[in-house]
Amino acid sequence: MDTTTTLAELTGNIATVGYGLATLGPGIGLGILIGKTVEGMARQPEVAGQLRTTMFIGVAFVELLALLGIVAGFLF
Amino acid sequence: MPCARTRSRPRHADHDDRELLLSTIATITQFAASGEDGGFHPPSISEFFPTAIFFEDTIFEFNRIMLVRVVAAVVLIWLFVLAARRAKLVPGRGQNIAEMALDFVRVQIADEILGHNARKYLPMLTTIFFAILAFNITGVIPFLNIAGTSLFGLPVLLALWVYVVYLGSGMKKFGLVGFLKVSLFPAGVPWFLYVLITPIEILQVFVFRPVTLALRLTANMIAGHLLLVLCFSATNFFFVEATGALKAMGVVSLAAGFGFTLFEMLVAGLQAYVFTLLAAVYISMSIEEEH
Repeated sequence: MDTTTTLAELTGNIATVGYGLATLGPGIGLGILIGKTVEGMARQPEVAGQLRTTMFIGVAFVELLALLGIVAGFLF
Repeated sequence: MPCARTRSRPRHADHDDRELLLSTIATITQFAASGEDGGFHPPSISEFFPTAIFFEDTIFEFNRIMLVRVVAAVVLIWLFVLAARRAKLVPGRGQNIAEMALDFVRVQIADEILGHNARKYLPMLTTIFFAILAFNITGVIPFLNIAGTSLFGLPVLLALWVYVVYLGSGMKKFGLVGFLKVSLFPAGVPWFLYVLITPIEILQVFVFRPVTLALRLTANMIAGHLLLVLCFSATNFFFVEATGALKAMGVVSLAAGFGFTLFEMLVAGLQAYVFTLLAAVYISMSIEEEH
């Protein structure tokens, strides 16, 4: 008796799902990061330049996580 | 030995040459040609490993991406020579643009991050910024169509430069032991936390910083190029092969392609900025007393 029957079949690469998951965290991170920076700029427009620079440094680190998702899809 | 191998298959090599000429002239042409055998061809990572033009199978293998890099470097140098050759006190239009661009790096990156130390590192930061900008922007220039930085080698070279400079200048300022003490044992932390912090800092300073610098740039350019290829090869598929209502989808993917081209221009500038900014941040972290 073969108890394993195929009810539905899915073709394609699971890496696409993985990348979808990999974007979630950085997406939330970028939202918080940029939102807070905008908030800070609105409160204190005089330090806007400094905030922007700091924001870009943070964005670079957060964005890297999403990019690692892309690279991982190609590597493994 | 490699030469003998190349010579033993002249017919094949000839065919490759012709195909390569096509792909060198325009990537688009290549897609049009590959669309003939039916079906939709999504882009793959093999985009970044085109067939060689010269010196096939040697370590000096010269392919399309190398050619793009050479073109970008020559154009960059030529533009600056042109701007600087007849530099005057009251700048003309070309000199004005060059000065604005150079000023951006000096004011927005070097002075902002490094303060009074900026002068010493300004030439390096400026070189890195404009080199990356030039190599990135080739990704959206018609007939070049691939970013020079989309292969790992070039970003690694630039990241190594930054790595050597920030380690070197830190050690020059504090001495080897002093530098390790300043950067691995941050002040103002209870001593038992060093068990946790020091290994993380070792990884940060010696591994993660240079690796992430190079990886960020490369991955951005790879992703950007694949996006553009996807949009335009989908457009080709919809217009040439699809029937009925699907044909209209080609308009959407073509518009998306143009949109992403503009986006890639933004990314090219932004990545050059981010790379240079982080280089400045890493240098300032290793030469400042407190951080």
